[in-house]
Amino acid sequence: MDTLFYVAAVVAILATVMVITCLNAVHALLYLIVSLLSVAIVFFTLGAPFLAALEVIIYAGAIMVLFVFVVMMLNLGPRTTETERIWLNPKMWIGPCILAAILIAEVAYLLAYAGAVRQGTASVGPKEVGMALFGPYVIGVELASMLLLGALVGAYHLGKQKRERLETGDVIDSDATRTAAGGNPVRPGTGRPARAA
Amino acid sequence: MTSPYPVATIIGVLIVALSIATGLIWLERRLLALWQDRYGPNRVGPFGLLQVVADMIKIFTKEDWIPPFADKPVFVLAPAIIVVTVLMTFAVLPIAPGIIVTNLNIGLLFFLAMSSLGVYSVALAGWSSDNKYSLLGGLRAAAQMISYEVFMGLSLMGVVVLAGSFDLAKIVEAQRKMWFVIPQFLGFVLFLIAGIAETRRLPFDLPEAESELIAGYHSEYSGMKFGMFFVGEYLGVTLISALIAVLFFGGWLGPWLPPIVWFFIKMFLFICFFVLLRASLPRPRFDQLMSWGWKMMLPLALANTLITGAAVLAFR
Repeated sequence: MDTLFYVAAVVAILATVMVITCLNAVHALLYLIVSLLSVAIVFFTLGAPFLAALEVIIYAGAIMVLFVFVVMMLNLGPRTTETERIWLNPKMWIGPCILAAILIAEVAYLLAYAGAVRQGTASVGPKEVGMALFGPYVIGVELASMLLLGALVGAYHLGKQKRERLETGDVIDSDATRTAAGGNPVRPGTGRPARAA
Repeated sequence: MTSPYPVATIIGVLIVALSIATGLIWLERRLLALWQDRYGPNRVGPFGLLQVVADMIKIFTKEDWIPPFADKPVFVLAPAIIVVTVLMTFAVLPIAPGIIVTNLNIGLLFFLAMSSLGVYSVALAGWSSDNKYSLLGGLRAAAQMISYEVFMGLSLMGVVVLAGSFDLAKIVEAQRKMWFVIPQFLGFVLFLIAGIAETRRLPFDLPEAESELIAGYHSEYSGMKFGMFFVGEYLGVTLISALIAVLFFGGWLGPWLPPIVWFFIKMFLFICFFVLLRASLPRPRFDQLMSWGWKMMLPLALANTLITGAAVLAFR
C-alpha cells in the first residue's frame, strides 16, 4: 500500500505541474483530471474508499466534465495558446515560487519537529462517513446545503430570463406566420423567401 | 468471497464480456430484422453467425486515418477511455457466488464513478475531431450524460437503503426473500431510462443522430478506433443489463438452474429489451430530452429516495 501511495502522490504532483505549465486549455484540464484521479487513489490507500469514490464521481466525473464542456464551447484555437505562451514567461514564476517555498519550509519544519502524523490503517466506510456528517458536523452539512440551494435559485433566475427573451423574439418560423406578419412568404418547395430570390 | 483463482476470473470475465459485446452486433441485427419483418444477416455461416467474424476482419484491416486537423493525442485517447471505463466496471460485477473479480465494499459507487468518467470519451472525441458536427455531438453527449447521471445515482439509493450496503454481492444476497423490483419499481424504471441514456442507445442517441449530425462525435473516426466506440457501446449495454439483473432482479438467485445460468438469462432478457427499444421508439428533440430529465426524472428520483427512506425508518 505504501508503494501505491507514493506512486499516486508522484503522479498527482507531476500532473498538477503539467496543469499549470500546459498551454492548451483542454490538455491542461485533462492533466487536472489525472491529478484528481491520483488523489482519489491516495485517499484509497489511506483507508478512505468512500471518499475516493466520491472524489472520482463528483470532482473528476461531474465538475471537470462541466469545465471541459465550457472550454469545448469556447473553442479556443492556436491564438489562445500563443497568449498563454506570452503569459507564462519566467518573471511570472517569481511570486508563486516564493509563496510555495514558504509552504514547503513549513511542511519540512512540521515533519522534522512535530513528527509526521501516521494515519491508522482502519478503513473508513460509507457508514462512518454518514454518521460523522449527520452527527457532529450536521451544521456544516446544513450550511452547505443552504449555499447550494442559493446557487440553484440564482442559476434558475439567470436561466429563466434568457428563456423569456427567446420566446418573445423567436416566433415559430412557418409559412403561415410569415404571411400573417406580412413578411416574406416562402416560395413552395425552395424554403427561401420569395422576395429575396 | 473473492474467487480462489483471481487471474483466471479476470481473464474469464474479460473474454466473456468482449465476446458478448461482439456477439451483440449479430444479435442486434437479427432481432431488429425479426421485428421489422425481414431476414437480417443470414448468409455467412449457420444463421449468419460468422457475420461477426467477417465484420471484425473488415474493421481490423480498414485504414485507420487520423485527420491532419485533429488534436492527435486526445483523438487517440478518446476511444480507449470508453472501453477502459466500462471494462473496469465489470470487475465489481457479481456473476455468481465466488465469480467476481474484486469484492469492493463500495462496488456500486465504483460503477457510478466509472460511468461518470465515460463521458470524457465522447466529449473529447467530439472536441478533438475539430469538426463542427463532431463538436455538436460531443456537447450533446456531455450535457445528456451529466444530466442523466444525477438521477441514475439517486434512483439506486432506494436499493442501497433496502440492502444496507454498496456491496453488489450483498445487494444480491439481500434479495433472497423478494426481488428489489417490487418495492423499488420506480427506482427500476428510473435506472433503466438513465441506463439507456448513459449508453447513448436509441431513443437517447442524439449525440450521434445520423439524420442531423452525420455520426456525431465519431464522424471523423475510422478503422479500429471507430470499432472501439462500437464495442464500447455494446459493452455498455451488456453492463447496464447485467446491473439491472443484479440490482433489481436478484442477480444469480433463482430455482433449479445453476446460479450463473440465471444471471445470463436475466442479462440477455434486458439486452433484448434494449434492442426492442431501438426497433420501436423514435428519437426525441434534444430540449425535450433535457427537460424530461431535469423536470420529470430528477424529482421522481428524489421522491423515491425520500419515500423509501421514510418507509424503512417507519417499518424497521
